[in-house]
Amino acid sequence: MNLQSKLAILADAAKYDASCASSGAAPRNSVGGRGMGSTEGMGICHSYAPDGRCISLLKILLTNFCQYDCLYCVNRVTSNVPRARFTVDEVVQLTLDFYRRNCIEGLFLSSGIIQSPDYTMEQVVEVARVLREEHDFRGYIHLKTIPDASPELMQRAGRYADRLSINIELPTAEGLTALAPEKDSAAIDRSMARMAVHIGESRAARKEQAAQAIVSMPQSRTTRRACAPLFAPGGQSTQMIVGADATDDRTILATSARLYGVHRLRRVYYSAFSPIPDAARALPLAAPPTVREHRLYQADWLMRFYGFTHDEIVPPQQGSPAGMLALDVDPKLAWALAHRERFPVNLNTAPRELLLRVPGFGVQTVDRLLAARRVRRLRHADLARLHVPLKKVLPFVEAADYRPGRALDTADLAAQLTPPPVQRSLF
Amino acid sequence: MQRQTITLDHPTDWPGFRTAARALVQAHVLPQRVDWRCQADAAEDLFAPEPHGHNALPPPAPDAPTLRVPPDFVHLCEQLILHRDPARFALMYRLLWRMAQGGTEAEAARNDPLDADRMLAHHMVRAVRRDMHKMHAFVRFRPVVEPDGQTLHMAWFEPDHYITEANAGFFIRRFTQMRWAILTPDASVRWDGQLLHTGPGAQRSDAPPPDAGEALWLTYYRHIFNPARLKLSMMKKEMPTRYWHNLPEAALITGLAQTAHERSAKMVEAEATVPRRRIAASSPRSQPAAGAGSFHPNAASRITRN
Repeated sequence: MNLQSKLAILADAAKYDASCASSGAAPRNSVGGRGMGSTEGMGICHSYAPDGRCISLLKILLTNFCQYDCLYCVNRVTSNVPRARFTVDEVVQLTLDFYRRNCIEGLFLSSGIIQSPDYTMEQVVEVARVLREEHDFRGYIHLKTIPDASPELMQRAGRYADRLSINIELPTAEGLTALAPEKDSAAIDRSMARMAVHIGESRAARKEQAAQAIVSMPQSRTTRRACAPLFAPGGQSTQMIVGADATDDRTILATSARLYGVHRLRRVYYSAFSPIPDAARALPLAAPPTVREHRLYQADWLMRFYGFTHDEIVPPQQGSPAGMLALDVDPKLAWALAHRERFPVNLNTAPRELLLRVPGFGVQTVDRLLAARRVRRLRHADLARLHVPLKKVLPFVEAADYRPGRALDTADLAAQLTPPPVQRSLF
Repeated sequence: MQRQTITLDHPTDWPGFRTAARALVQAHVLPQRVDWRCQADAAEDLFAPEPHGHNALPPPAPDAPTLRVPPDFVHLCEQLILHRDPARFALMYRLLWRMAQGGTEAEAARNDPLDADRMLAHHMVRAVRRDMHKMHAFVRFRPVVEPDGQTLHMAWFEPDHYITEANAGFFIRRFTQMRWAILTPDASVRWDGQLLHTGPGAQRSDAPPPDAGEALWLTYYRHIFNPARLKLSMMKKEMPTRYWHNLPEAALITGLAQTAHERSAKMVEAEATVPRRRIAASSPRSQPAAGAGSFHPNAASRITRN
């Protein structure tokens, strides 16, 4: 099989993984090196596919042969998709070639499980090792680790990779048992915990080292200590499939909150279950629930940047189907409509936490309001200048020359702020 | 008071602007009395005063203020000057002049994020930064073999603003050991592995055509797309169509979008297939390798072709 066909098969096999981020790596460049590559903190999306998703990394599987039978997965052992396997060198050369053309930020490598978890993980780590050690590649590397692989391999993976991830796959342990019989949620949890420890230790070691000054003898040359080794400086992330089983949004967000809180994950990706070629019988064959996925990401942002806790975003008894986020309004507006007693928020006196709860205000807007009110009293006209969605914001705030009056109490406020239903496009 | 016309050497002449602006502020020249232009504009303008080597700058007033501006402002201006809007010089001078006046005017110009001039400046800087970021992302190098046998990676790019030279550092840091050149309509930069050479603008025909190696990238692009999630509006927002003609993969978009619905409808309608386990199950926690349940990729691929 030639490289073109292998690439086609193994890119097809990898596209259901939502993560493509190339951010969070320690800043470095290729000045003084033998190879190429740099990371400057912010990720770069080198292209976009027609599905609107960013193409930042070369996202492929080392092989899509797999002994597991996870029903939601296109590469499960019982699927009839064509199979292929890259050699280590083929992946290395592809990465370097695409990088040289400035098409990618680096590599995101994952793999089906062949022979054994350890054997597979070893192959994946070997690709990263060749890139880093033989080619002095300084671009981004994200490795998908295999939960059952040995801790030593995981340790080696963390030395080479900027980010590691393990897919939690489904929000509940029961879901995982039902749909992915070979996967073990306890093992996934253990691996995440172990990774979190390594990441934390490496960070602490570097911090401690930076804090200690080196005392040198008078007139000696100033010396620098070698840095403590890095371990996945970009942290770890995971992915959850949404809509393959009946789990509600409340449970999904509770799982995410636990992952962020306990394992210090950088990102949880939500992937709307998408019809795959040659799908299993047990799963819903329908268009992917992308709106739901979008609402989950919004809710995720509310937890990470807006000070919301997971259980206040979807209260148990709220929403038309209980435990689900509303699809027609965003979760922040839904929360505000359900908690009108907390509004209006005074733009000139409210603390940051309250401003962050105003529908239509982003983190940047809030920071600009805070900076502005140090030098002036905020007025209605100032809001217009900030390019915020006025219709959405105005019922919930008051300014020096503006009060919402009874707008908050009107029964049809929700209806006014809900966008009219649009017919889904046929094409 | 007569009008002052300041002619800068080139569109991003930051030292020239700085010298002139400092002298003008210290001579109390009001912003509305200064016309800013670059030599290129002056050459096109029939009625422009004769360009001369040095601008006749007024002497400082006896009570000239000492000019102190926040470092942030200098940083802002260094990026603002890269914007293509000819009004950028006047905006920078107006902000500087207001900062030098003291009182509430200066306070607003320095610290009020809702001040109109400041908002405009920040808005323009965001456009410049976005353009720089898009250049990091969308420059596509193609290899050309040079007479000495070495490979030069060349790219053609059309930025919105005058960012080419300011952006070269990114490519130097990333591709230090490579020889590369980026050609744009305004300027060209070339890195020989040691030094950066800057040159005049170029034409698209100066850059190499697609090469055979690009085919792998196109294959990847075609296959990483999930037809069940077609969302062109999102894609166009992040990758505006004005960049498409310089992106090799963009030629595939129309075709992929047109067949997407058909492909995903087929996946939804297709009967679920009868599962066929071709590789014997093995417990994930059992010891790996040999034994009846072991798996060999070649064996499996042979069965796949049945």
